Amino acid sequence: MTRFILNRLGQLIPVLIGVTIAVFLLRQIIPGDAVDVLLGGTASQEERDALRESLGLDKNLFVQYFTYLGNILQGDFGRSSTYNAPVLGVLIERLGNTAILAIPAVAIASVVGVTAGVWASRKPNSFRDRSITVSVLILTSMPSFWLGILLILFFGLQLGWLPVSGKQSLIGGGDFLDVARHALLPILTLAAWSLAVITRMTRTSMLGVLSSDYVRSSIARGLSKNQVVYGHALPNAIPAVITVIGLQAGFQLSGAVLTETVFSWPGIGFALAQAISNRDMELLQGGILMIAVIFVFINFFVDVLYAVFNPKVKVS
Amino acid sequence: MSTRRVADPPTGPFRAFARRRTGGDNPPKRQLKFGNWLGVSILLLVVIVAVGAEWLAPFDPVATNPAERLLPPFSGGHVLGTDEVGRDLLSRLIFGARFALFVAVVPTLISAIIGGLIGLISGYVGGWLDAVIMRIFDVMFSFPGILLALGIGAALGAGTGSMIIAMVVVTIPETGRVVRGAVLAVREEPYVESAVTLGLNRGMIAIRHVAPNVLNPLIVMASLQTGNNVILAASLSFLGLGAKPPTADWGAMLSGGKAAMVTAPHVATLSGIAIVILAVGFNLAGDALRDKLDPRARISTVRTLGGLK
Amino acid sequence: MTLEESPQVFEQPLLRVTDLSIEFTRDRERIPAVIDADLEILRGEVVAIVGESGSGKSTLAMALLGLLAGNGDVVGGTIEFDGRNVLSVSAAEWLGIRGKRIGMVPQDPMSNLNPMKRVRDQLGEVLLRHGKATRKNLEAECCRVLERAGISDPKSRLDQYPHQLSGGLRQRVLIAIGTACDPELLIADEPTSALDVTVSARILDQIAEISQRMRMSVLLITHDLGLAAERADKVIVMKHGRIVEAGAAAEILSNPRESYTQMLVNADPGIRARMGESITVTREFDESDIVVEVADLNKTFQRRRRDTPVVANKEVNLRVPRGSTVALVGESGSGKTTVSRMLLKLEEPSSGSIEFDGRDIQALSREQLADFRKRVQPIFQDPYSSLNPMMTVRAIIREGMDLYKIGRASERDRRVGELLEQVGLAPEIAKRHPAELSGGQRQRVAIARAISMEPEVLVCDEPVSALDVLVQQQVLQLLRELQLEKQLTYLFITHDLAVVKEFADYVYVMHQGSIVEEGETLALFEDPQMEYTTQLLAAARMV
Repeated sequence: MTRFILNRLGQLIPVLIGVTIAVFLLRQIIPGDAVDVLLGGTASQEERDALRESLGLDKNLFVQYFTYLGNILQGDFGRSSTYNAPVLGVLIERLGNTAILAIPAVAIASVVGVTAGVWASRKPNSFRDRSITVSVLILTSMPSFWLGILLILFFGLQLGWLPVSGKQSLIGGGDFLDVARHALLPILTLAAWSLAVITRMTRTSMLGVLSSDYVRSSIARGLSKNQVVYGHALPNAIPAVITVIGLQAGFQLSGAVLTETVFSWPGIGFALAQAISNRDMELLQGGILMIAVIFVFINFFVDVLYAVFNPKVKVS
Repeated sequence: MSTRRVADPPTGPFRAFARRRTGGDNPPKRQLKFGNWLGVSILLLVVIVAVGAEWLAPFDPVATNPAERLLPPFSGGHVLGTDEVGRDLLSRLIFGARFALFVAVVPTLISAIIGGLIGLISGYVGGWLDAVIMRIFDVMFSFPGILLALGIGAALGAGTGSMIIAMVVVTIPETGRVVRGAVLAVREEPYVESAVTLGLNRGMIAIRHVAPNVLNPLIVMASLQTGNNVILAASLSFLGLGAKPPTADWGAMLSGGKAAMVTAPHVATLSGIAIVILAVGFNLAGDALRDKLDPRARISTVRTLGGLK
Repeated sequence: MTLEESPQVFEQPLLRVTDLSIEFTRDRERIPAVIDADLEILRGEVVAIVGESGSGKSTLAMALLGLLAGNGDVVGGTIEFDGRNVLSVSAAEWLGIRGKRIGMVPQDPMSNLNPMKRVRDQLGEVLLRHGKATRKNLEAECCRVLERAGISDPKSRLDQYPHQLSGGLRQRVLIAIGTACDPELLIADEPTSALDVTVSARILDQIAEISQRMRMSVLLITHDLGLAAERADKVIVMKHGRIVEAGAAAEILSNPRESYTQMLVNADPGIRARMGESITVTREFDESDIVVEVADLNKTFQRRRRDTPVVANKEVNLRVPRGSTVALVGESGSGKTTVSRMLLKLEEPSSGSIEFDGRDIQALSREQLADFRKRVQPIFQDPYSSLNPMMTVRAIIREGMDLYKIGRASERDRRVGELLEQVGLAPEIAKRHPAELSGGQRQRVAIARAISMEPEVLVCDEPVSALDVLVQQQVLQLLRELQLEKQLTYLFITHDLAVVKEFADYVYVMHQGSIVEEGETLALFEDPQMEYTTQLLAAARMV
């Protein structure tokens, strides 16, 4: 097991290097001259050359990449023009806010999704199975930000129950209850898509396992329905579900760009959306890199968890 | 129970546990067909609307009228009202179907061709080439879905072209990996080995024997991606990375409607409904296609309980 | 009246099935699987149901446990177990019958144990469920039951997962689970068809021993009439869902009443071998004219550099005279298939040489390789995967001729028709896809493809193992005729000794990657020199 973990950790290194290369290349595909973008068309040739030199753009790509990598390793992600502050500081400050949404969203989606999926699979083609299948279909066909807008329209504007924007009330806000009230709708919005995907995966995976020989054998041994479902089928269906849950954690981080924009929630996603509209490439680059790195580590933990559930890895 | 005719027993994996019913002649069996039918109908409808937009739309979709901004539905001759610059919403939704179909289907096709070829070559040639391609895919998979598209879209700047490039880049690794997996399985099939012993060269085997047999998973993958692409495209448009205004683009209309949602909630609501309907159509049709082409995904009462060997 | 209290009438059968009919629904069409079946099993009796695939024998067995697949329905008749019609038993009552009063040993040991659970848990839950053990004595009881199923060190097995056990051990665990609660009836559905012949014989002995000791009735489902006759008191023969013959096991082989049973008996080389009546033929061929010669062949597999290498073949030497049939016999994992793959140049040897017609096939030029491919053709085991599902039969058979431009293009379609007739198929089949053909038809198409380029050597890897016995007989007959007509040389790779005895001129016995014994067929079978060969023959009841 330890060897497995070390092995996987070793495999992370080339992936992480690849991620930095990809983010670096993102900057290179910007059409036109980066200097023109930064200075506008009116700058003199001397100004442009000076900037070019100070940015290291006169060097070849190889050198530029290693400069970039070196900067990142030292925590220098550049400076955000939108916030007029170092990118890393902006991101770290906002990462916590994103976590306030993402962690409960994944938790809700996982618990409800697995329950609903198992419940549907116990009676395939029944009314409840079909209702769940149809709900999953609609939820996966729905842009999450649109769902967010609908929630705002209904709970926020129509009923006036919940605040629809920001993280806390401007006056006297900031305590737990206040933040929770602000977070509720964005959390539901984020959870919806993941919930649907997790439900679908659980159902499919359970139905696959339930049609296997060993489940039939366990029924032939006189085991009760609950023993078969929770004792035999679920443990075999769970690994596939864990993988999907891990993917959802990543989607929460990127889906936040849309959801946080809709709710003006001051997280990483909102910052990225602002970076896009302001063409603040430093911030965009830094944000994408940070999310990708977090995602790589989430996947690593999912792999380890997967192995914990897999006897073939556990005992060898 | 001495009669010859016994009531139909319950179905499903747990029929063994179910209480025996005494009545009811036919267990429910015709559920999926409706979904297939609905999916295809929706797509047909959207295609008809998109093709006939010129005839169907009551107004010019780009003609602004500041005097009639944000009219509610059924007012001023506008069945679905107007948007924030006074354009007829129904006409924009109708013309928006063109763009929506285009950005759902075209990236899928490009991705299926390029991703399919990469997967075929990677899986069939193997060796270091396969290793390099898989590492590149690993890196691309490290960017959760929409993030990579956002990055590329933002770097290339708004516009249909960069939107399509972004979507293609995001979906190629999925397609490539699925096709590669299928190639690895097909490669070991005795019919491929038979072709080797006939003396066919590798290229001929790849074209005649491997490629046709990985087509089904490729089609299934592409059909699933089309549904997702509807959402992905709407998301990119919503963030301002979609078609250049004033093109009718449901995602951008939603974004405009969001800004005005307090006074005119119908704009955001209706453009969202259009997106959902199209996505449901693609997803249902994709499910139907998958049921037909991918026997492993076909979970029916026939297979539950292990079937019979 | 519950099942527990039902009166014990002497001589009342434990199980009585009357007029049982089962139908499956596929695409809204009702397909009968079992039609008006009647059978009785007395206490302590062993009854075998024999039939080819699709005969409905497994469906019948599953119905006895109330475990038909979701689209199968009992449409008529009764199943009385211990005097009670189980078709009207409630779901809750079934829980007290399955596993406790009717046990099951399934077919495939690889897929019938839960891969995520230890042996301890899978066996223990059954004992606990049916009150045959308490938490306190669970481990001891598990050990006792495992030991009874022939597992020598039960304690160490308890904490193992299925993937750590061999196929034979897994099947023993399944027997232990099936018999754990001393059921009155044990249903064994092809309990050994996935296992090697030597293991299989021991497993069947084990089932017989337990059932005799506990006075258990056994319902043995099998495709092997010889095995049924040997192991059962009574044999029931099924065909297309109907019971065609039922009778005492001692009678069924020597004196079958129905013509279908007679056909089965006559088609089965295994039965002839058991009765010492194998039909052997001696063929004329020049023993000095060697067409394939394998010398000091070694093959080691090593996926990655740090993995421990797996030796597949060690110092294999073979000589195949032109026009003869040479058999390579061994159990699974003996390395016989690896040899055949190297002969077909699908795999490269680690060392040693393979000469075809005096030329080392490792060092062939492009033209020589094409010539080799034309002259050496394979026939694979599984007719379901050896034909490209996307091609028509015509395209499959034409492919070789198109490649080597044999004949004019216009003539090739006619030639496809001729080849189909040669292998006993109607030329119209050329238009169809493999999915529309039966297993036997597909194997014939594979043979047609193999002979389309007029090869000299056919490497047949278990060519009839996946086929039912009647089809097997026809395909073997076809191969015999083709050999005579075209002076073909066969290298015949199989685990089936009875077929080898009637089909091959010369036999090599493989064990753990090496050849342990070789000889002319009759001599080797009558007077085996090595212990391993003797074991194989004994397990196949050929001594």
